[in-house]
Amino acid sequence: MLAALAVGAALAGSGAAYQSLFRNPLVSPDILGVSAGAAFGAVVGIFLSLPVLAIEAASFAGGLMAVVIVYGIAAAIRGRDAVLVLVLAGVVIGALFGAGVGMLKYLADPYNQLPAITFWLLGSLAAANPRDLTSLLPAVAIGLIPLGLLRWQIDVMTLGEEEATALGLDTRMLRTVVIAAATLMTSAAVAASGIIGWVGLVVPHLARLVVGPAFARLLPVSLLFGAGYLLAVDTAARTIGAVELPLGVLTAAFGTPVFLWLLAFGRRPAWS
Amino acid sequence: MSEPRLAVEDLGYGYPGRAVGHHIGFTVAAGEVLCVLGRNGEGKSTLFKTILGLLPLRAGTVRVDGEPILGWSPRRRARTFGYVPQNSGGGFPFTVAELVLMGRTAHRGPFVSPSAADRRAADEAIAALGIEHLVQREWLRVSGGERQLALVARALAQEPRILVLDEPTASLDFGNQVRVLDAVRNLAETRGLSVLLSTHHPEQAFACADRVAVLAGGELLRIGAPADVITPETLRACYSVDVAVLPVADDRYRVCVPRLYLQ
Repeated sequence: MLAALAVGAALAGSGAAYQSLFRNPLVSPDILGVSAGAAFGAVVGIFLSLPVLAIEAASFAGGLMAVVIVYGIAAAIRGRDAVLVLVLAGVVIGALFGAGVGMLKYLADPYNQLPAITFWLLGSLAAANPRDLTSLLPAVAIGLIPLGLLRWQIDVMTLGEEEATALGLDTRMLRTVVIAAATLMTSAAVAASGIIGWVGLVVPHLARLVVGPAFARLLPVSLLFGAGYLLAVDTAARTIGAVELPLGVLTAAFGTPVFLWLLAFGRRPAWS
Repeated sequence: MSEPRLAVEDLGYGYPGRAVGHHIGFTVAAGEVLCVLGRNGEGKSTLFKTILGLLPLRAGTVRVDGEPILGWSPRRRARTFGYVPQNSGGGFPFTVAELVLMGRTAHRGPFVSPSAADRRAADEAIAALGIEHLVQREWLRVSGGERQLALVARALAQEPRILVLDEPTASLDFGNQVRVLDAVRNLAETRGLSVLLSTHHPEQAFACADRVAVLAGGELLRIGAPADVITPETLRACYSVDVAVLPVADDRYRVCVPRLYLQ
């Protein structure tokens, strides 16, 4: 249960950070390819039968690699719709890491590793144990601290690179710290529970509708909503069917219609 | 005579790999408004961004009160220059109050929340622009003129010595153009702010500027008092259009009328 709270908060919190940083309420750990990168890293870890902490580190490295590549592509391709390039780059890189995961599944030992990887990828907290928590909680906390401390500066960052610089921000430093912190939180969540999609996109989006875009309010509300949402979904996953349903499947089943609803009826200026 | 507030010396500006202008030199004194004219693509925005340090200098020096600002941190620049960009990039629905408070970023450490002093400065800037009634509105949902005033208030909250406004009246209706220019003129007079602003309406220089600079062909074509610079000859050289400059109200103001309309 604690794991569900932490994973939900981590995904929603990092989603809120990415959305503010990339000035785009449509990005999320999934869309930026971070989840896929982190999953790839973690699968490499499982494949090599590494200890838990090393799996988490590999997951972080994978997630960081994905977001750096995606951001690099978006920065290199100028003169197009920047948001579109960012999202498409994320999808493409996510697919590439997904292919990497597929390759490793193909190579994995089909009796032992393959089921482990597959169930884990579907997104599940069924296998979460206290040992996972000892690595999940500190990583989430370490990621949260800079996000919380930098909340006022993150607001300024939503104005864009040039304007933020003109207002006195060291944008390169801030971006580096925020990406590292958000990616650490995402990776820790992915390492603990596999890919649980949509939380990082839909929850901060809803939170912004409720309390506005100021990060000082957006972050705590996203954390609360994310934790509550995942706890509810996890409870549902355990009780709806005769067997426990994969969490990632449920969050996608809930998240997709909510997202489409936001896309159709959400407030326009937010992504103009 | 002390050093001018802002001195631009032999400045070359442009983008990496592409020079736009060179040998630009001018000064702006405290309390003075300098209006920059130039046709589309002449690089007025690029010039401003170069002065602000958002684009690298290609050549020359920018001094504030005699001190070269090369190597200044963004923080120090932001406490010196208040900037009103032509298109603000903010797409999130912050309130006007939150937007103006962002002007205080350079006045506190990275981890520090806005203090009472920061809020006072922001409130004072909001009051100076007369937009108190907007503070709780989303800044993306107020009118274009109000949005512009909010951005000026944000720049003012920076407590700068120099205000840089990139086409502050572009896409504003007639009344809002007058209000924004009047507000800017007032700030220069009452607070001794140096103001650098660009516009596409030469006439506006008569309304708000002490001096006018005209950019043409990547160089400073002319600079001086509006009455000396805004002449049919300069306007033809700048915009390739024949214009009559006519005094009105005992020459307290001049209007610019394309000759085409007078035939």
